[in-house]
Amino acid sequence: MAAHLSSGRVNLTALREAGRRELREFLDKCAGSKAIVWDEYLTGPFGLIAQYSLLKEHEVEKMFTLKPGRLPQADVRNIIFFVRPRLELMDIITDNVRREDRGRSPQRDFHILFVPRRSLLCEQWLKEQGVLGSFIHREQYSLDLIPFDGDLLSMESESTFKECYLESDQTSLYHAAKGLMTLQALYGTIPQIFGKGECARHVANMMIRMKREFPGSQNSIFPVFDTLLLLDRNVDLLTPLATQLTYEGLIDEIYGIQNTYVKLPPEKFAPKKQGEGGKDLPTEPKKLQLNSAEELYAEIRDKNFNAVGSVLSKKAKIISAAFEERHHAKTVGEIKQFVSQLPHMQAARSSLANHTSIAELIKDITTSEDFFDNLTVEQEFMSGIDTDKVNNYIEDCIAQKHSLIKILRLVCLQSVCNNGLKQKVLDHYKREILQTYGYEHILTLNNLEKAGLLKLQTGGRNNYPTIRKTLRLWMDDVNEQNPNDISYVYSGYAPLSVRLAQLLARPGWRSIEEVLKMLPGPHFEERQQLPTGLQKKRQHGENRVTLVFFLGGVTYAEIAALRFLSQMEDGGTEYVIATTKLINGTTWIKSLMEKLEPAPF
Amino acid sequence: MSRARADEEEYWHSSKFRAFTFDDEDDELSQLKESKRAVNSLRDIVDDDDDDLEKVSWSGEPVGRRNRLPSLPSLSDAFSDTGVKNYAPELRRPRAEYKDYSNDWSPRDTVRRMQRGKVCSLERFRSLQDKMVLLDEAVAGHDGNVITAVLIFLKRTLRREVLFRELEVRQVALCHLIHFLKETGEQKLLLDLLRFLDRTEEVALSQYREHLNIQDVEKKREFLKGCIGLPFSAEDISHIQDHYTLLERQIIIETNDRHLAMAGQSEIFRKYPRKASILNMPLVTTLFYSCFYHYTEAEGTFSSPTNLKKTFKIPDKQYVLTALAARAKLRAWEDVDALLTTKNWLGYTKKKAPIGFHRVVEILQRNNAPVQVLQEYVRLVEDVETRLNLATKYKCHDVVIDTYRDLKDRIQLMAYKCKVERGSAEEEKINSLLSNMQIRWKN
Repeated sequence: MAAHLSSGRVNLTALREAGRRELREFLDKCAGSKAIVWDEYLTGPFGLIAQYSLLKEHEVEKMFTLKPGRLPQADVRNIIFFVRPRLELMDIITDNVRREDRGRSPQRDFHILFVPRRSLLCEQWLKEQGVLGSFIHREQYSLDLIPFDGDLLSMESESTFKECYLESDQTSLYHAAKGLMTLQALYGTIPQIFGKGECARHVANMMIRMKREFPGSQNSIFPVFDTLLLLDRNVDLLTPLATQLTYEGLIDEIYGIQNTYVKLPPEKFAPKKQGEGGKDLPTEPKKLQLNSAEELYAEIRDKNFNAVGSVLSKKAKIISAAFEERHHAKTVGEIKQFVSQLPHMQAARSSLANHTSIAELIKDITTSEDFFDNLTVEQEFMSGIDTDKVNNYIEDCIAQKHSLIKILRLVCLQSVCNNGLKQKVLDHYKREILQTYGYEHILTLNNLEKAGLLKLQTGGRNNYPTIRKTLRLWMDDVNEQNPNDISYVYSGYAPLSVRLAQLLARPGWRSIEEVLKMLPGPHFEERQQLPTGLQKKRQHGENRVTLVFFLGGVTYAEIAALRFLSQMEDGGTEYVIATTKLINGTTWIKSLMEKLEPAPF
Repeated sequence: MSRARADEEEYWHSSKFRAFTFDDEDDELSQLKESKRAVNSLRDIVDDDDDDLEKVSWSGEPVGRRNRLPSLPSLSDAFSDTGVKNYAPELRRPRAEYKDYSNDWSPRDTVRRMQRGKVCSLERFRSLQDKMVLLDEAVAGHDGNVITAVLIFLKRTLRREVLFRELEVRQVALCHLIHFLKETGEQKLLLDLLRFLDRTEEVALSQYREHLNIQDVEKKREFLKGCIGLPFSAEDISHIQDHYTLLERQIIIETNDRHLAMAGQSEIFRKYPRKASILNMPLVTTLFYSCFYHYTEAEGTFSSPTNLKKTFKIPDKQYVLTALAARAKLRAWEDVDALLTTKNWLGYTKKKAPIGFHRVVEILQRNNAPVQVLQEYVRLVEDVETRLNLATKYKCHDVVIDTYRDLKDRIQLMAYKCKVERGSAEEEKINSLLSNMQIRWKN
């Protein structure tokens, strides 16, 4: 079930196993039959840790979605709420508990499992509502780092960036540090820590402090990771704003990948059987899981989309050739062999069919005029063209009322690529946006300014060109088919964050001190002492393993770029990626927007 | 020396009994709670199921009980310690709890225990100094959960001014309190705090945000009116003013139009019934509405497009675009024509489109304009290539033919012949051009 987690350099199955154990232990505390009431947001992340079968083995008989009103009838001994510590959810729980029929027999016991942390604020809230006493077990399930793939971990905490940079609330950094401690408990102390940014500094400090304060955390496990690199998202605000151009990145940009699942429009996936033409077209979205367990997906996910088509057609030829073999199978032995390969071949064929359909869907969009225009503007900004004046295309998009998020992405991108906009330009955009989308969005614009995504150019100096040139962020001769540089993931733009990781590995950050100083926050290096017995003696030719932790989110294109570096023949470093949340420009901007009441229709 | 005494005095006047201060909104409530606690504390410990939570709370304890009852760790801790699975209600407090009881956790230990999810009693921290040490420890631990818990305790046990003053020099804790107040909707205290900190712009925005929660439009308008005087930044203030003016205007238009629509005498409302009210819509949407239903009104009326344009200083481009979309939707082609026609001082007329004619064509096409209308504007697209593309796409044959003629492109013109209907006027035109000896073709 979780084979893909052990495919990488670091076997992440152990982490998943630890999560499952903790879950089982909690379930067993509530003796007897149970029903789980789910905070819907959590079902996705939990699905990556445990399937329903595990819950069933521990007497979970029913599952409900958390919503106000009376809880459904279910003859179970225990009702367990699995929730994030949020006040609005506490109100729903309060409502549920109050409406519970006290006279019913047998009575049901209530419990709460907070994910990832118990919250004193929430408990206080429940207490003020007078229902706290109704809960027998109130516990926490520290689902800090969830394994998404063999080289990918995420906390799936959507509000981290907002909390850190708008509200100065570092709670999720605390969770990140806790997650790293868990990781070290399982995979050994990481001897070297590098970091860039305020949040990175905080996390490193907390790790060092935790290590000091909990002597039990000294372990005797041989370290799997050589280096930890902590990166603040605000060191590189540019990358997530640009449209990702890898296969996986585009799937995420267009359809949104959630907890490795994507929902696609069903039309392209209709079964092609004759005689049933158009009789019952599926109306439910097609749901697919995307991870490296699927061989074909693992091969194409990180490619530039322009290189996906040729792989798919090559695969198609191989598969049809393989099916042709059956005509050549003459002897019983040959037929037997063919039959034994059949399941694998059929799986490969359906995988190919799915990805061909997805690629078609994406192609419809990437070949559209608007996609092209949008991309052209993005690339102009990133390569430093006309970033200091009002852009026609953006104006047109506003006039045509394209989605506000799209507009904000572009305007922010321009601002970041110009180290802030001139007063006149900024005022113009703001005015157009407010007049077209509503004045209340002034709150969102304010948030973006606070986060540094939108700003006024001060001092009249734009240092982006220096950063771009020094870090070689824009590459004119990009090879999308057979890339030789990470810039292929954005067809020309090399993600700044990944460039920092690359330069850290070779030749080291000392070579870019000047640029590091231009980027926000401190950069630093820490060492964690290892007992002599655990110090690594590297075999000749053995790669180093670096864990890159993106505080505030990472995009699939950045992940692709790091995987590309891992696979470089003379790279010398393999990367495992951790993050607070998998993001794209849209979800990221959304998390910074002010929640507005729905229009009163 | 004297400073220390002043502090001490302040503490004694501020920190002990909240019920003695008069400026708290929920005074009565807290008094009730206190007395409830006092009553509860008389009952048998084991019987009172809910009460243990109060004993272990970090929210300020009733004085009389401070020394009588131990501070207890949470139930769940006890369970994990003893591994006991289920208790009948009266047995829910296992004995193990008492073993874990300690009254003298240091601030650091207290914070650490709280970080591990254990509940600790905070009421022992009585002096201002102790409280601040506790807060600083919590901040150093970076766990927002714990910081917030300590802040709730401080908020309950310190006078507002003292709390504000102390937080002013503790930025992280301050941010947490602000976040917490926003989350729990304690708007009044939040605004007081921001004012105390002199963060005036934030006060203004935070207050303005409140309008989102007001459903009644009249009340919302009044509220927005009140916002105009708030200390917004120079750039923001004009937008807030506009927001108010817009809603005010929308209320007038809405009242009027609803009446018109109900009376059923106005043709436009009969023919195109309104799908939704105009209240709370963005400015551009309002302009569109006004161009749709009130296009011909004189500038003096509030609902006329020109009045809106003037009041909100809507740029020409935006205006033309919106008016064009509205009139095209009504298929009022003469209006479109008039909108794009300018007269110079000699009385000559000229077509002008601040948005570019290619955009005009797009909009008209989206509204299914007939070819005759469309081609008039396709012809005016300046860029030849764009013009050819549009003309071909929308089958404005005349424009295509004329353009190829002007380009003297015989080959393209010949190729185009197969795209027009056989025997049509267009085909004839192409034929006559191709046989015209006067034209010097480039190919």
